[in-house]
Amino acid sequence: MRTMTITEADLQSTIFRLLGQIAPEADFETLDLNVDVREALDIDSFDFLNFLIALDEVYGVDIPETDYGKLVSVEDIVQYLQARIA
Amino acid sequence: MSEYRMPSLGADMEAGVLVEWKVKPGDHVKRGDIIADVETDKGIIEVEVFEDGVIDEILIQPDTKVPVGAVMALLHSDVTRPEPAVTVERATPEPPHPAEPQPTGRQAVAVSPARTNGHRIRVSPIARKLAAELGIDLKTVQGTGPNGAINREDIERAAALKEKPKAEALPSPVEAAGQPSTIADFQTGMRRAIAAAMARANREIPHYYLETQIDMSRPLRWLEEENLKRPIKDRILPAVLLIKAVAKALTDVPELNGYWLDDQLQVQEAIHIGFAIALRQGGLVTPALHHADLKSFDELMADLRDLITRTRAGRLRSSELSDATVTVTSLGDRGVEKVYGVIYPPQVALVGFGKIMEQPWAERGMLGLRPVMTATLAGDHRATDGLKGAQFLEALTQRLQEVDKS
Repeated sequence: MRTMTITEADLQSTIFRLLGQIAPEADFETLDLNVDVREALDIDSFDFLNFLIALDEVYGVDIPETDYGKLVSVEDIVQYLQARIA
Repeated sequence: MSEYRMPSLGADMEAGVLVEWKVKPGDHVKRGDIIADVETDKGIIEVEVFEDGVIDEILIQPDTKVPVGAVMALLHSDVTRPEPAVTVERATPEPPHPAEPQPTGRQAVAVSPARTNGHRIRVSPIARKLAAELGIDLKTVQGTGPNGAINREDIERAAALKEKPKAEALPSPVEAAGQPSTIADFQTGMRRAIAAAMARANREIPHYYLETQIDMSRPLRWLEEENLKRPIKDRILPAVLLIKAVAKALTDVPELNGYWLDDQLQVQEAIHIGFAIALRQGGLVTPALHHADLKSFDELMADLRDLITRTRAGRLRSSELSDATVTVTSLGDRGVEKVYGVIYPPQVALVGFGKIMEQPWAERGMLGLRPVMTATLAGDHRATDGLKGAQFLEALTQRLQEVDKS
């Protein structure tokens, strides 16, 4: 996994897939990538933790609690992961 | 010989649809074993048996709608052999009391207040209720439960002795179940169930409300340090700290942990925290985290994770739905500052937590910014007064500050 370059599009589609498992009714085609995703998809702290655990399983990125504040929108999460994976 | 009846899985349940038996005649079962799946407004519930024994007869077929209290199966104890000559003795029909949750047999261990003054009879809430219904004088009953407590079976035995069973039919448990419920039906059902419980709460329970602001700096700092040591999948959520603190505070002020039944407060020894879990499709379930006061943060987090996952998948167990002794609701995730909750009968208290927010906080003549959370208590004024409630909130604040000691 890590040997491949991961594009923004890859990251985004993985994020959508994992969020879709939590919020099956979410419509990602209309989701604004710059809004607070937890608010937009009604994701509580338990769901959010599960989402981060799932991201860790896919990318091996253990996100510390102190970084939670940087992960507001889908765009934020993509940027954060890119920086951590690179 | 004893009867296994459709358990009441909450104040709002009138009937459940038997989905599947997990046992067959001749099977040995132990107390706590899951013996059937029952579909309710809260999803498919795994119902447990409350005594050890052997299944004699299955009386209800799958896909049948069964009212609460109706006999579903017959059991006999492992020790005594069944007496074949005995006609199926059905005690006086027990009309289903949908509005009256019957704390299930599991609670036989949690008897009335420990402060037994003089010759107070120890009796489980369900037994007391049943005795009242069947007209049994508790003084004439020999208890076989812990410390001689009278349990449900003791009452049933006494009732069987007292009167020759009349050949009255039970309320017919058999009512063809509808088609497998759709999501819309499920939601309608759950809405109706919540409506019934909450309307009853508002009608019967004189609520009083108290609130206090809690400085969360210490607990959050402790949690942050703790979580730093853990891989992400072992991290603890702040909700776990709150649940544990409530449970511990209830050991300090036990009067808020229990039921209002038969015009009296019945304090429960075991502390089972009903935690409000919102469902994505709408509605809410408050399954119980058992013995929350006795568990470590890791155990509670594992339990909470398991409970939320199963709640959302619609796979809860009967005891989890019926035996919460208090409710905790945390709406901070949704930006709410204060929660004024409605008590879930027959419980006598509900603790609400709002959002943790940075706020100006004055202490020892200094003003600073602190993460602050508002905790509210909704209390049943029949059971306790404001002073008890105030003591509870004080204990809760204290327990949260002592997070490292718990």
